[in-house]
Amino acid sequence: MSNRRRPLLGIALVVAACLPAGPATGAPSLHASGTSGASGTTVRVAVAADLRFAMDELVAAWATARPATTVTPVYGSSGTFFAQLSQDAPFDVFFSADADYPHELELAGLAEPGATRLYAIGQIVVWVRSTSTLDVAARGLAALADPSVETIAIANPEHAPYGRSAMAALDAAGILEAVEPKLVLGENVSQAAQFVESGGADAGIIALSLALAPTMREAGRHAVVPIDTYPRLEQGAVVLRAAADPAAAGAFLDFVLGAEGRAVLDRYGFLLPDA
Amino acid sequence: MIDWQAVWLTVRLAAATTIVLLAVGVPIAWWLARSRAPWRPLVEAVIALPLVLPPTVLGFYLLLAMGPEGPLGMLWAGATGGRLVFSFEGLLLASVIYSLPFAVQPFSLAFAAVDRSLLETSWTLGRSGPATFLRVVVPLSAGGILTGMVLSFAHTLGEFGVVLMVGGSIPGETRTVSIAIYDRVQALDFDGAAATALPLLVASFAVLAVTYGLRGLTIVPWLTRR
Repeated sequence: MSNRRRPLLGIALVVAACLPAGPATGAPSLHASGTSGASGTTVRVAVAADLRFAMDELVAAWATARPATTVTPVYGSSGTFFAQLSQDAPFDVFFSADADYPHELELAGLAEPGATRLYAIGQIVVWVRSTSTLDVAARGLAALADPSVETIAIANPEHAPYGRSAMAALDAAGILEAVEPKLVLGENVSQAAQFVESGGADAGIIALSLALAPTMREAGRHAVVPIDTYPRLEQGAVVLRAAADPAAAGAFLDFVLGAEGRAVLDRYGFLLPDA
Repeated sequence: MIDWQAVWLTVRLAAATTIVLLAVGVPIAWWLARSRAPWRPLVEAVIALPLVLPPTVLGFYLLLAMGPEGPLGMLWAGATGGRLVFSFEGLLLASVIYSLPFAVQPFSLAFAAVDRSLLETSWTLGRSGPATFLRVVVPLSAGGILTGMVLSFAHTLGEFGVVLMVGGSIPGETRTVSIAIYDRVQALDFDGAAATALPLLVASFAVLAVTYGLRGLTIVPWLTRR
């Protein structure tokens, strides 16, 4: 008779092990999505991948200056965020790598008309590892047509503005057709950077802001692509209409647009719009 | 450093998924094991779909269904006033659907293996349907039930594609371990990725080892003794 209970005991043990999760999932966390208890407000920011390292620094600077408001950045491609925001994703501010996506959000009624603010102008570079024999400094983009280059990482032009710039620059250099079969697409520009940094790709066309990050600087070298060979990467940010705390969200955007924010963006190679 | 927030979130998600699948999966599996309805194969096929569908396809449909304009999203908003997609609750629903075959199939196989004459004996001796289920079917199917629960738990731990589509990588709410690892790799933080990957590997191994241990020690000898 005692034996009969033992398999049940096994199940009971597993269930018991799961139990601590019961209350946690039962508790309604939905309405707390924008705030974090009594300690202050949380601002969730959807950030284009080119800003990954610059934004980490901006968020750290903000945390020192304004500890009451926690800023949580999530990085990805602008197009993916646009799709998610269109499906009601719970972000308060969106830093896009172009200005079109924020403008579309305005048109869709997800942000106030005219709320998009230009915060930076991005630049693209050709990037290779230090061990590469390609002379990108002298030859620029043209070096990518070299037969020794088998794969070139760029961001997916379908939904990443930096990918579209890379395609336009390759086209302007007259080598798009030659290199197209060599292209490997990252979901966003920081994945493209990771492809080439890790050695998976021989070269990459990535954001200058990523090339200037410490890890990338140590691992390789880059050449800036002339800015007049691709459509200007005017980057816009917008506070979403659904922001849980619009005042806090607006304050963080102001901070990035202000003197302190501009200094960081400048250090990461962004050109700055007139203040 | 290990992303403990993501680890804890993932464990909560996997545990909640397992509990929901136990509640939902047992009745479905019992019906599948006993039913002779002509459309039973269709139900079986629907439940098995997540085994063969690319997670992104499932995630895509779930994204549409759970969005503010989708049927599930509207139903949820009507009931709670909240948002389903990009929330923990939405992720839980997606995980339950995604792991459904991992629970239902072992449950159903175990139920089908229960000798029908034992059920009839129990009924003849005056036990009600539910009492027979609890005192005859469940003990006889314990191994299969345990296997289904462990598979559900482990499968949810490692879920990536569906979470990527409907989660939105929100720290503490939808950024599971597998998404956190992906994010660390993109940040070129390979040490962070490795540190967060390790607990996932250890936990998956431990869960499976404990399960096989339990089955070896108690359940299987008990079944053979019978």
